[in-house]
Amino acid sequence: MTVPIPTVTVVDYGRGNLFSIRRAFEEVGAKVVLTDNPQTIAEAPRLVLPGVGAFGDAMAELGRRELLPVLKAYAASGKPLLGICVGMQILFDAGEEFGEHDGLGLLPGRVSPIPDRDEAGRRLKVPHIGWNRLSIGSGAADPLLAGLDHDSQCYFVHSFAARPGDLSNCLAETEYGGHRLTAAVRRDNVWGFQFHPEKSGPTGLSIVSNFSALEAA
Amino acid sequence: MTMSETATAQDWSPAFAPAENVRLIARLDVKGENLIKGVHLEGLRKLGDPREFARRYYEQGIDELIYIDVVASLYGRNNLVDVVRHTSENVFIPITVGGGIRSVEDARTLLLSGADKVAVNTAAVARPELINELAAAFGSQCVVLSVEAIRQTDGRWKAHTDNGREKTGRDVIEWVTEAAERGAGEVLVTSVDKEGTQTGFDTALIREVTDAVGIPAIASGGMGSVAHLIEAVRDANADAVAMAHVLHYGKLEIGEIRDAAGAAGVGVRQA
Repeated sequence: MTVPIPTVTVVDYGRGNLFSIRRAFEEVGAKVVLTDNPQTIAEAPRLVLPGVGAFGDAMAELGRRELLPVLKAYAASGKPLLGICVGMQILFDAGEEFGEHDGLGLLPGRVSPIPDRDEAGRRLKVPHIGWNRLSIGSGAADPLLAGLDHDSQCYFVHSFAARPGDLSNCLAETEYGGHRLTAAVRRDNVWGFQFHPEKSGPTGLSIVSNFSALEAA
Repeated sequence: MTMSETATAQDWSPAFAPAENVRLIARLDVKGENLIKGVHLEGLRKLGDPREFARRYYEQGIDELIYIDVVASLYGRNNLVDVVRHTSENVFIPITVGGGIRSVEDARTLLLSGADKVAVNTAAVARPELINELAAAFGSQCVVLSVEAIRQTDGRWKAHTDNGREKTGRDVIEWVTEAAERGAGEVLVTSVDKEGTQTGFDTALIREVTDAVGIPAIASGGMGSVAHLIEAVRDANADAVAMAHVLHYGKLEIGEIRDAAGAAGVGVRQA
């Protein structure tokens, strides 16, 4: 008997680094489907929502493709959904980038600018670009973060950060200028990472591998 | 708003908080199918297949890669699409690509081939609105301003293009400030004077840039030892350092750079 190859479906809405995400999942043995077809998305065994750029723009592109109800229904199906970077931010209720924008509302909370001063009052560079340590709190037992060292570092590039309305949704944080920023969230079958697992070397690939092994709850 | 020319690192306090982890970046200048290396961005020597170097640096734990097509502006197009695509097949860290990017479409082609950011120089000098257009299309985090700086007799720096050959007449600090306002998310500052000399970064230049703009700055040109990296961070608040010669000629390994920087108290990723 052969081991079945897991399929990972990636939402292609013109706002993701699809090549890199596809390669990362292929590298860990998954078959990758890139699509903006509502039916293909609805039938996906596990779904990745990528995203680079701005919050409102990402929502507008999903809306233009009539994918907003499809994604909400997917989240309600119990099948694994993973948002990456802006794809994670739009899982929340609202974002403040270039004005107020509604998100998908799959997690309570808002996405707001990274503070521009550190604890000592010094100005902080924005965007925050770099490899930062994940402070894994409740996420230690999470299937996606399983096997990671406690001081694992991942690649972040962002100007905004999520403030979860329910702190129990926060799996991991990272520190920037003394501020604790949300790095990983989960609510039931919906996960979100602010960092880029597909660009975080072997650490990131182990997270990618863990996601492709997830089954519907 | 700039400090006096005589200011030293000792009496200087940076305008921005230092990066927690300084990014170590391998810079790969490419001409045709070859990785090349010169001095002052000229006198180019062929070193081999850039993809093999990139893969090796990834395996050794480099934080990021920068590919620059050094003849792209000459031919009006970037020839790195295949190199980038092949590299991102098995290199899972951020990749910046520069050289000959003149439009949103040029950038899109590279981003769809596995690049994470694009670096612009010549075309942005000719038409600064390109920076706004790229930031609007892909977000500031995708847009790197590449500046080739040459120190003038008055102690200031002027921006150049085409590997330092062409003058723009623009003051480097004014230009990076304008680019940041237009939406560049990062700046790659190459000292043409220092490039290829292995005598250390132009810390006075990097210091002025990191104080002038609130976006991360990558120091480039001159790294010959770990001490130079430490200087760029301590004396100039560099957020990242680009290195070429020391890696391409096997003078230093990334692990050894990381360990020595860490031992000196410079924050680096623990790969």
